[in-house]
Amino acid sequence: MARIIAGVATSHIPAVGAAWDNGKTGEPYWQPVFKGFERSKEWIAKMKPDVCIVVYNDHASAFSLEIIPTFAIGCAAEFAIADEGWGPRPVPPVKGYPELASHIVQSVVLDEFDLTIVNKMDVDHGLTVPLTLMFGKPREWPCPVIPISVNVVVYPVPTGNRCYMLGKAIRKAVESFDKDLRVVIFGTGGMSHQLQGPRAGLINREFDTRFLDNLTRDPRALAKISHFEYLRETGSEGIEMVMWLIMRGALDDEVKEVHRFYHVPASNTALGHIILENTRQ
Amino acid sequence: MALPKEYDDLPGTVVFDADQARLGYHLNMFCMSLMKPENRAAFKADERAYLDRWPMTEDQKLSVLKRDWNGMLQVGGNIYFTSKIAATDGLSFQQIAAMMTGSTQEQYAQMMLKGGRSPDGNRSKSEWKNRG
Repeated sequence: MARIIAGVATSHIPAVGAAWDNGKTGEPYWQPVFKGFERSKEWIAKMKPDVCIVVYNDHASAFSLEIIPTFAIGCAAEFAIADEGWGPRPVPPVKGYPELASHIVQSVVLDEFDLTIVNKMDVDHGLTVPLTLMFGKPREWPCPVIPISVNVVVYPVPTGNRCYMLGKAIRKAVESFDKDLRVVIFGTGGMSHQLQGPRAGLINREFDTRFLDNLTRDPRALAKISHFEYLRETGSEGIEMVMWLIMRGALDDEVKEVHRFYHVPASNTALGHIILENTRQ
Repeated sequence: MALPKEYDDLPGTVVFDADQARLGYHLNMFCMSLMKPENRAAFKADERAYLDRWPMTEDQKLSVLKRDWNGMLQVGGNIYFTSKIAATDGLSFQQIAAMMTGSTQEQYAQMMLKGGRSPDGNRSKSEWKNRG
């Protein structure tokens, strides 16, 4: 049986990827950011996941505004790195896991979560920056990745509760897969940030800290946060944090926090990161 | 009946909702076209002529020509798309963020280094009414 053994949440700020790609990780501005992930890299090297499910959002790269799926799953064998206007990031292409991805579709749609199947999808910084932060710069990524893309660009985005419940459905699907696999699920994006308008630059450390605390203490309370509260308290782009709840829903009710990192600013954003392990390994 | 939009009370914020996405479809697709170098070159060579290829409203075209970053959001633009115009102009994301807030890049960068803009005093339009 396949099992979800842990969850990782992290912001996916494009400037972090650019700093990495351009060799700026040692600069005073960026050095603390990358230091916050040193333990994470050691942790994931020890955990040796067989596959990672990465929940992220596309930023006008694969989907534009022609088609806006609320939830989509990448079922391809390989995903190319998107050219976001500056050329593709110099990272390896992302290998998929089509058998497990289609198995998740089979299970989750019948559990009433209508995932859009995507067989061709370039992946942008939303997916590749978390891989860089966790795996560094390997010649190829150490395991296959199943991308799950969530619309958080066009409001209304799916509710936190729906995301949390989707996580539970994904877990059930994984556990009915016939192969012994160790799966780590990523929730990405956030934390508080607003990129647009005269209110740009909004950061809410108190909200973010409470959110990080409640990932272990009371995830159900997080699933009840309204869209308006996200917009008001965490800025118009902070609402990306609903993607963390898919990750959280896929874990045990009781989890152990093994690492946390929070840093302001990374470009326009509060960078948040946490690693949660299921207690039953 | 129109659905109530609680978030219309947020100061300095245009929520890119399904209605805005409908209004801004062609504006945003124009922005998307700038991901190709040949389109960037055509836009730079004659901005007005390039914009006229798109079924955008005159207001939308003028907001682009004037680089009215906040105005673009009002008429249906989304920041992930309008930032592609900024990239074409050689501006960073933080530079246009500073412009949208009416501060210099230096002031904006300093605000971020000091922990960003607090939500206090920035939750409702009524809180912005009496600001200078």
